[in-house]
Amino acid sequence: MALPRTWQNFLDETGDMSRFTGRFFAQGFKPRYEFAEFIHQCFIIGYKSLPLIGLTGFIMGLVLTMQLRPSLIDYGVESQLPAMVGIAIVREIGPVVTALIFAGKIGSSIGAELGSMKVTEQIDAMEVSGTNPFKYLVVTRVLAATTMLPVLVILSDGISLYGSYLGVNIKGITSFQLFFKQVFDALSFSDVWPAVIKTFFFGFAVGMVGCYKGYNSQKGTEGVGRSANSAVVVSSLMVFIIDLIVVQVTDLLGVN
Amino acid sequence: METMQETIRPPVNEKVQEPVISIRHLYKSFGANKVLEDFNLELMKGENVAVLGKSGSGKSVLIKCIIGLLKQDSGEISVLGQNVAELDHDELDRIRVKVGFLFQSNALYDSMTVRENLEFPMRRHWIKMSPDESDERVMETLKNVGLAHTGDMMPVELSGGMRKRIALARTLILNPDIMLYDEPTTGLDPITGREISKLMVEVGEKYNTSSLIISHDMNCIRATADRIVMLVDGKCYADGTYEELKKNNDPKVKQFFE
Repeated sequence: MALPRTWQNFLDETGDMSRFTGRFFAQGFKPRYEFAEFIHQCFIIGYKSLPLIGLTGFIMGLVLTMQLRPSLIDYGVESQLPAMVGIAIVREIGPVVTALIFAGKIGSSIGAELGSMKVTEQIDAMEVSGTNPFKYLVVTRVLAATTMLPVLVILSDGISLYGSYLGVNIKGITSFQLFFKQVFDALSFSDVWPAVIKTFFFGFAVGMVGCYKGYNSQKGTEGVGRSANSAVVVSSLMVFIIDLIVVQVTDLLGVN
Repeated sequence: METMQETIRPPVNEKVQEPVISIRHLYKSFGANKVLEDFNLELMKGENVAVLGKSGSGKSVLIKCIIGLLKQDSGEISVLGQNVAELDHDELDRIRVKVGFLFQSNALYDSMTVRENLEFPMRRHWIKMSPDESDERVMETLKNVGLAHTGDMMPVELSGGMRKRIALARTLILNPDIMLYDEPTTGLDPITGREISKLMVEVGEKYNTSSLIISHDMNCIRATADRIVMLVDGKCYADGTYEELKKNNDPKVKQFFE
């Protein structure tokens, strides 16, 4: 019995993406290393994402604090606000929201850039210029995304907590020291490390999906648009799926 | 008969030329679509050969097989005496230094300036050169294509004809022995097309290259090619000079000259 067409397409795509990922591991760690291009990509992917990630992080912390406050007042535990916001941001909201913003910005830009390079034969031109385009374009971008997202998440968490501190002070008075003492008292090492480790997987997924979609873009401008769009959709979905898996694993390991 | 033998015999002391590109019994298909079927071609040193065919006839596939961007199903492609299919990655790179490829879409790197575009192949092929020598080579190549002032411009700032010239400069910067042109005048207006054809002849003489020109632009072919090979149904259908093929009464040949 034949599978429905959509299922066949889904399985084909999954198989192609797995092969693409396998190629990354097969080629990514062999010389010639594209170190200069990797640093350049870290600058573009990491440094240039900082204003957007910082702004969204700040708003996220501020809004979360303002929205939690009335409920905590109802339960009479307003003093727990810094602890609650701290745990929520560091464990879940910071990594996931930052990864989603990252997927929107970086996933789409990698998908569109590689897609347009593919349709204008720039990837072929690279190959005839003595360059392995997979290493030069894909490996560098995936590694840059994998290493830069955790850094961005840590910075975003810090900015979110500062936003939260300002949120607390809109309707009350709490000192900077007291706020952060309460946050760090509530956090344990087992709150931080699974959250940081999963961001490596988020970054890897965003980079890999963006590169896969761009590198396999169909001809024409429509193909480039579709690559950019599906890179965002699939990488955002991957972020949630990885998050779900990490929660199950950390739960099994008893580090919750 | 004696007279005929005498005319085809090479003159005394003239070295018998080896082909720089030799294609024998080439087959290439994509699924059920057979693109090249028993295609044969020889390009001699210093010769300019045009491969003429309709859109979708497999001309670009042929040229990509020659440079190793596509792998043939069977048959042999020999470039500068080396069988392309048997070369490993490093050996293929060494051949690619000697073969310039002008892409149909120019394939200039959008994120780099014109100068960086030209430096890229030199850097990537490990051409050892001081920064001054590199600058000098870039400027000289840009001058040769008539665009010495464009070094710091981005590709997006250039017109179609200028982009084609820069793409040509990028292929010439490694002083190739062979030039492969993929539809060099497609998408250009007739005047710019003529300028590009003229430039191809000029740089061919200056750099002493052999050229394989893939095109369906008869004006370009007439201006640039010594010999024309017609690609029909994946095979070499006709072979001759422009004038010879123009006189041919076969409808498949005639349609290109009407």
